[in-house]
Amino acid sequence: MNTTPTQPDLLYSEEEEALRSAVRDLLADHCDATAVLARIESDEPHDRALWKNLAESMGLAGLLVPEERGGQGASHREAAVVLEELGRAVAPVPYLTSAVIATEALLACDTDAAATLLASLASGRTVGALAVPSAATSGRALDDVREADGALTGQVTGVADAAAADVFLVPTADGLFAVDATAQGVTVEAQISFDRTRPLATVTLSGASGRLLARDAAPAVRRALRAGAGLLASEQLGLAEWLLAETVRYTRERHQFNRPIASFQSLKHRLAQLWLETVNTRAAARNAADALATGSADADIAVAVAQAYAAPVAVHAAEEALQLHAGIGMTWEHPIHLYLKRAKADSIALGTAGRHREELAELIDLRAP
Amino acid sequence: MTVDAARLRSLTQEFLAAHPPATTPRADFLSARFDAGLAWVHYPEGLGGLDAPRSLQAVVDAELEAAGAPDNAPRRNGIGLGMAAPTILAFGTDEQKRRFLKPLWTGQEIWCQLFSEPGAGSDLAALGTRAVREGDEWTVNGQKVWTSGAHNARFAILIARTDPDVPKHKGITYFVCDMTDPGVDVRPLRQITGEAEFNEVFLTDVRIPDAHRLGDVGNGWKVAQTTLNNERVAIGGARIPREGGLIGIVAGTWRERPELRTHDLHQRLVKLWVDAEVARLTGERLRQQLVAGHPGPEGAGMKLGFARLNQEISGLEVELLGEEGLLYDDWTLRRPEIVDFAGREAGYRYLRAKGNSIEGGTSEVLLNIVAERVLGLPPEPRTDKDVAWKDLAR
Repeated sequence: MNTTPTQPDLLYSEEEEALRSAVRDLLADHCDATAVLARIESDEPHDRALWKNLAESMGLAGLLVPEERGGQGASHREAAVVLEELGRAVAPVPYLTSAVIATEALLACDTDAAATLLASLASGRTVGALAVPSAATSGRALDDVREADGALTGQVTGVADAAAADVFLVPTADGLFAVDATAQGVTVEAQISFDRTRPLATVTLSGASGRLLARDAAPAVRRALRAGAGLLASEQLGLAEWLLAETVRYTRERHQFNRPIASFQSLKHRLAQLWLETVNTRAAARNAADALATGSADADIAVAVAQAYAAPVAVHAAEEALQLHAGIGMTWEHPIHLYLKRAKADSIALGTAGRHREELAELIDLRAP
Repeated sequence: MTVDAARLRSLTQEFLAAHPPATTPRADFLSARFDAGLAWVHYPEGLGGLDAPRSLQAVVDAELEAAGAPDNAPRRNGIGLGMAAPTILAFGTDEQKRRFLKPLWTGQEIWCQLFSEPGAGSDLAALGTRAVREGDEWTVNGQKVWTSGAHNARFAILIARTDPDVPKHKGITYFVCDMTDPGVDVRPLRQITGEAEFNEVFLTDVRIPDAHRLGDVGNGWKVAQTTLNNERVAIGGARIPREGGLIGIVAGTWRERPELRTHDLHQRLVKLWVDAEVARLTGERLRQQLVAGHPGPEGAGMKLGFARLNQEISGLEVELLGEEGLLYDDWTLRRPEIVDFAGREAGYRYLRAKGNSIEGGTSEVLLNIVAERVLGLPPEPRTDKDVAWKDLAR
């Protein structure tokens, strides 16, 4: 274990910074906190107009897809930058679900059906969702749904962004299948979700017909969940950054005892500590994105380290932001609760920090007793 | 001509051809390396450098290492190289630079730092050691403390009060103190580890020529800022491998001694492994930013992170050892030249790591610095700002 992997590039390129500005500008215009609050209380929790802008007009849904397969031919490094910005805005769009997780699953398949679906996900006109529970990790059994003669039967609960999906990628013991959301025998029932910016739903298949994407679902699911977990760290970084910046702004302006409350050492030290954690999260998230982008042999470790570190930081940032905003932080009007709910949900999604530490212990040969 | 990596590589090769490490005596090799401008390439020509970008030092070091060249034992003179030299470069006269930099770099003259005092630790500017001018000389009286390596040092960087009638930051002057002066009395200060790595230094009528003053009279606080900033910049320059540092020691014990494993320790160990790996990545990111010419503020936090990690890891290591953790390797009073975490046992590491959140700025002071300089939070209210030093409560 004393070997150090090939030196990762932990910085942002000029192109990545330009991409960040473009996404941030769009979100500033179309996804402010008030709009997100109104959105999650409506019947339509996903922002389809924003998705259309991001995915179709800006072409961001196809970042992970090579140009010859209908995408932008970029990499996880660029997708990570997009997720940082989406995290900063707690944007209610199915980017992680469709453009990362479902897309990665399809990239692992070599059938014509998969190629067609991959291109349409890359264009942004179709939203895909891998039909596994949001909390799933890669070792999970694929037995929620059974296949018989091309007909799929079973139920998957807790599927993220299922209500926005046009097509489900359904893993079974007999292969990975594509099922259209509008097909006969498919019902999608929204669950009351803790994080309403990434709502969950139960997907029920009653003899629905599916198109075979791959004979073995396991490698596709593993690849999808690993990339999802690795890039989720960038979303968590975005959440933590917004929470820290907003709390710094607020505590500088808020006066008590005839001083800005940010001049009290007890608060300053807590904010400085959060800054340290955020800086560390950036290094861990960049490392995971770079390892995924380069196909590094270190990717499993990089992803596990990033999730084990970033998930608690995002939650800590949200909890500190709430406490330091005090009563205001408890209100429905202030957006902190959107961030807290997303951060807490993210800490369970794609495996808890504890699960990732368990995986890591095996990878680095620090075995449990 | 600007010096680029290719040019430096060929200069280094020419130098190695003229001074083969295998047959050149160590002192001669180091002296010649300084004269060739390959000591610290970002320093000016004639002072051990070539006015090259700082990031290119790595090119020279790699070539020399591959050739088996001797180094100048940089850890032995950490204060000289990391703190005294950049301050002399920034504030010294031409004569001072010529006199001090070469023997400092070659390790012929070791330096220490006479800053902290019993009454001036984190509030360093409150220091009370007095320097009074008499013609071309200053007479210095006072007591310094926590002085690492004073027992080996030939020179010290010293800050002393030259005007008690102005606010504390304004009446300080910065000197180079000759440690062989008869008025300098170095006494070992035994620590919780049992060894005396630090010293108390008593200064009684020490005579310092005015030619050994660095910067203007009364400007010593500003000069000291250069020293202190360089103390914190030193981190981030070198690449650390995965499991470099204390985590590697405890991970090794975990792998080799399965009988010691418990579930509770496993949870804590893997969490600390993650923290250590992330700290390593943050350091690597900072290094990449420096190389790209865009230094980030991360350095301000690195020391905080390492202090906490060293303390938690070494604490866990003692627990992991169980009954063996009840023993200690050696309580003999020693006077080490450098701190050697890896060369001692777990109990020593645990005790010595307690100093990591105190030395070079306490974690509390560093958190204030991050909060004020990085996050832009309002400063602590100051009641000492416009008060003459002599009128401050002590």
